[in-house]
Amino acid sequence: MKHQSFSHEHALYLRARKKNLALVWILRLGILALLLGAWELVTALGWIDPFIMSSPSRIAKTIASLYADGSLFYHIGVTLWETLAGFAIAVVLGFAVALLLWWSDTVRRVLEPYIVVINALPKIALGPLIIVWFGTGSEAIVFMTVLVGIIVAIMHMLSAFVGTDQNKILLMRSMGANKWQILQKLVLPSSYPAVISMLKINVGMAWIGSIMGEYIVSRAGLGYLIVYGGQVFKLDLVMSATFILCVLAAGMYFLVVLLEKALVKNAER
Amino acid sequence: MKNILQFENVRHIYHTPRGEVVAAEGLTFSVDEGEFVAIIGPSGCGKTTLLSLAAGLLKPSAGSIVREGSCGYMLQKDELFPWRTIEKNIFLPLEIKKQNTPAARERALALAEKYGLGGFLKSYPAQLSGGMRQRAALIRTLATEPDVLLLDEPFSALDYQTRLNVCEDVAGIIRSEGKTALLITHDISEAISLADRILVLTARPARVSHAHTLGFGDLPPLKRREQSSFSGWFETLWRELNA
Repeated sequence: MKHQSFSHEHALYLRARKKNLALVWILRLGILALLLGAWELVTALGWIDPFIMSSPSRIAKTIASLYADGSLFYHIGVTLWETLAGFAIAVVLGFAVALLLWWSDTVRRVLEPYIVVINALPKIALGPLIIVWFGTGSEAIVFMTVLVGIIVAIMHMLSAFVGTDQNKILLMRSMGANKWQILQKLVLPSSYPAVISMLKINVGMAWIGSIMGEYIVSRAGLGYLIVYGGQVFKLDLVMSATFILCVLAAGMYFLVVLLEKALVKNAER
Repeated sequence: MKNILQFENVRHIYHTPRGEVVAAEGLTFSVDEGEFVAIIGPSGCGKTTLLSLAAGLLKPSAGSIVREGSCGYMLQKDELFPWRTIEKNIFLPLEIKKQNTPAARERALALAEKYGLGGFLKSYPAQLSGGMRQRAALIRTLATEPDVLLLDEPFSALDYQTRLNVCEDVAGIIRSEGKTALLITHDISEAISLADRILVLTARPARVSHAHTLGFGDLPPLKRREQSSFSGWFETLWRELNA
């Protein structure tokens, strides 16, 4: 809705809204600056041992030196690849399995207890098995990532498929639609929002899976840096890798949000 | 007059793990070509079951149902797909029935044009009023040129004023297209204002307890409501429903 002329009250309302938005941003950034500043200060003054707590400047230095010896993007690349591969496989496979379960009521009822048990199982318990099966390479970590994400993907999509409006199904059937047509023209398009929310959830799941995988078994990656840093008491390294992880995870989440905005806009027009 | 829909001694039982429910028993009636029949009954008497039977979505447990030709089903809500434009919604049954030919599309569009949807074809359902949406739902139902329309309380989700207007609309369209229609409703005045003939159902198991021919001819709904005989019919049907 674009109106050329506003009432005075509306202009005031818009200004107040803008002001509020600015305030929120100032406070957000202010809190970050305050935390970083305080952290830097207490470690610089020696109130807290920077060897244990690290500090923003030491994190920056560590990242710079990682960059200098060329290992920064190597480790980021390894973790990112594992995360994205695991994410993609979990999403696609989860979607396919959910479709299968939607298609056949009997199959769904047969498999339900298995899915419930696998969902409840802490995946990390499978760590030793995964090492034996997949070795210590990236495959093991991708497998762990898939394992963490796929059940969530299945359950989320299945509940969306099963929750398709019964009246719309009745309408389709009254037109003589077969199951394939109902799937193609009704179930899939109407579960569009669920796909987006599933992607969002699975971004988080993929990071959990890949870092957990790297904790158990790895020779490279951000999770590896964290574990290694912890073992040799290089807390600067632990903090740096954690920081990079924060940035990457946030970035990936925002990408999905952007995707969602683009898609929803496209769908609603 | 040709019989388009014929229920003969129909019995229908619903099975659930907890037991069975007899929804209809000894249900017999027929609908002639070009006729508008309304069925009213106490709530929970299995009205929707009856339409599902008529549409062939359910098979009767006993008895026979014969339908000449195809049917179009219209539900309480418009059930337009929000991700499709009005035009694409109207084409949906054509796609499903694999009749999506240029000629069929053109015919459907002409129908939409004729009944005032011409300006909304590229709009999405969310951009239309409730009344317009229900009209679009009717055009979608008519797109495949069904021989009989099955209407399941098609106005009950609308507010009162829209409801009277849409009722007027839909009645006009059905009459001018010369369609056969079977309406199921719990709204007595709606039945009187639309139908040529009214069947009263008993509580479960459903059976036809009374049948009336109204004799309003082609009089539109709002005009019917002004007739002096309207309240007489209302009283009669009210009594029979509550008997």
